Amino acid sequence: MSSKQEEIITQYQQESSVQVVKTMARKKVNKGLILIESFAFLIAIIFFGIPFYFVIINSLKDSGGAAELNLSWPDNFQFLQNYQEVLTLNDGIVLRAFLNSSLITISSIIVIIFICSMAGFILSRRQGMAKKLNYVILIGLMIPPTIVPTIWLLQKIGLFKTFPGIIFLESALQFSFACLLYTAFVATIPKELDEAALMDGCGPFSLFFKIIFPLLKPVTSTVIVLSSIQIYNDFENMLYFFPGADNATVQLTLYNFTGIYGTSYHLLFADVLLISIPPLVLFIFFNKKIVDGMTAGAVKG
Amino acid sequence: MNNSMKKIYPLYFLIPAALIYCTFFLLPTSMAFFYGMTWWTLDDWEFIWFDNYIQFFKEPSLRIGFQNTLIYAFSTMGGKVILGLLLAVFLCSKIRNKSLLRSVVFFPALLSTIAVGFTFSAMMHPTNGLINKALGILGIEGPNWLGNPKIALLSVALTDIWKGVGIATVIFIAGIMAIPKHYYEALKIDGGNALQSFFHITLPLSRPAMNTVIILALIGGLRTFDLVWAMTGGGPGFSTDLLASIVYKQYASGFFGLATAGNVMLFVFVALVAFPIFRFLNRKEVDL
Repeated sequence: MSSKQEEIITQYQQESSVQVVKTMARKKVNKGLILIESFAFLIAIIFFGIPFYFVIINSLKDSGGAAELNLSWPDNFQFLQNYQEVLTLNDGIVLRAFLNSSLITISSIIVIIFICSMAGFILSRRQGMAKKLNYVILIGLMIPPTIVPTIWLLQKIGLFKTFPGIIFLESALQFSFACLLYTAFVATIPKELDEAALMDGCGPFSLFFKIIFPLLKPVTSTVIVLSSIQIYNDFENMLYFFPGADNATVQLTLYNFTGIYGTSYHLLFADVLLISIPPLVLFIFFNKKIVDGMTAGAVKG
Repeated sequence: MNNSMKKIYPLYFLIPAALIYCTFFLLPTSMAFFYGMTWWTLDDWEFIWFDNYIQFFKEPSLRIGFQNTLIYAFSTMGGKVILGLLLAVFLCSKIRNKSLLRSVVFFPALLSTIAVGFTFSAMMHPTNGLINKALGILGIEGPNWLGNPKIALLSVALTDIWKGVGIATVIFIAGIMAIPKHYYEALKIDGGNALQSFFHITLPLSRPAMNTVIILALIGGLRTFDLVWAMTGGGPGFSTDLLASIVYKQYASGFFGLATAGNVMLFVFVALVAFPIFRFLNRKEVDL
């Protein structure tokens, strides 16, 4: 064997050994990554999966089984009975609550979109105005509503415990957030568009409703999704400003549930699950929209 | 802006918003400053200066609200910032199924607070609850999470962190994603390790996101009512009573003036904590 051949062979061996070391290293990294990944999933399942499983499985048990509050498989399934019982309790108060909450949520959102898009348009185009009102709007993001003066005021104008009352109130409380979102978004629409419309003889109404408002669609859908979750999940304001047996709303019905059916955990969890369905559906369809809206709103406020 | 342009942005577009926002929010809020200084029965009032406020500071069952609210707001804020940042760093790394994990962490933020409160109350049951059973398997005797006045507030705060950490995480993720990649590449070339990249790049450059998380978590914590009301109702004793729940209790017992004074103090509390941080955050953004 010539020295040259030897050289080539050793070089080849070295190269291949380097190759082997490289693949080994890659495998090692992969193994570590898989370990980390499975650890992450384990943690996610323990902290976030188990509470959901706990609610679901206990909503399927009978009252004795659910009272034990464990994760075991139900001895006898009561899927239909439990949910039927929840929905027919107290003359179907849960169904009525769903209807009332939907009515409040939808009406408030219509009001919010109307007032906030108009206000956002003007505030974004008139910067001087916006600066003056900045703190007045920010107050609404930070400060909770007062209980007694608001009730007193609602009573004086005859709107306490009425649908219009709670709808206007929810709109007022969501105003700051939605208005800031709209103001920020209108700024991305070029002013030249307004000028062109003005040249073509547009008045303010046709400019806004025919040209600007359709362009606000992305932010309008963000406002719809975020506000509907907020208002649907609102417990505090419904408790203060919309009490009364006839005015059942979902969160209040759930809260009163324990008072009336204290130990019936199977029915409680069935109700919890029913109430969680609308946000879940929204989340499945608008996942990205919700996350973007919440982070965008957060950066603003 | 010339006159014809001004005409196309008419101020009367603000009227519907101003009407609703002023009538249903600003007006009652400003009324509170007056009625907080009265003995009020809704039909009638008597001006009593600062007696309501003095009573708030004198009575231990009312005064405890300040302390509890501060503890609650800062502990939930701390938990959300630390866990949210760690989760965000983890979810920005090279693992698979990132978006699934992100959704799982975020979803509790959309759930009803009352539903979460009831579920965790059941899981924190001293003898039957899942948490204590799991601790029992590990040989640890779990505490009475919601029944022990010393830790009840902390148990509620833990539930709040569980529910709210998802929002903190997505804000941190947005902040970390905005950091230019070449900083990390430069560090890699200089031979920096993962810890250094966290402490010298990720942590300082995600400051705007952190400020946002801090201010949101603090405001949320200071205003909290639902979760405490669903889990403990302020008990045992007054150990988990926050300002908001005290205000509601005073209202429910018919002390309208006292409740309104409490509301005013809640505003002042939120403003004292939130406005300085908010201005600090604005100034920082100008510097960047």
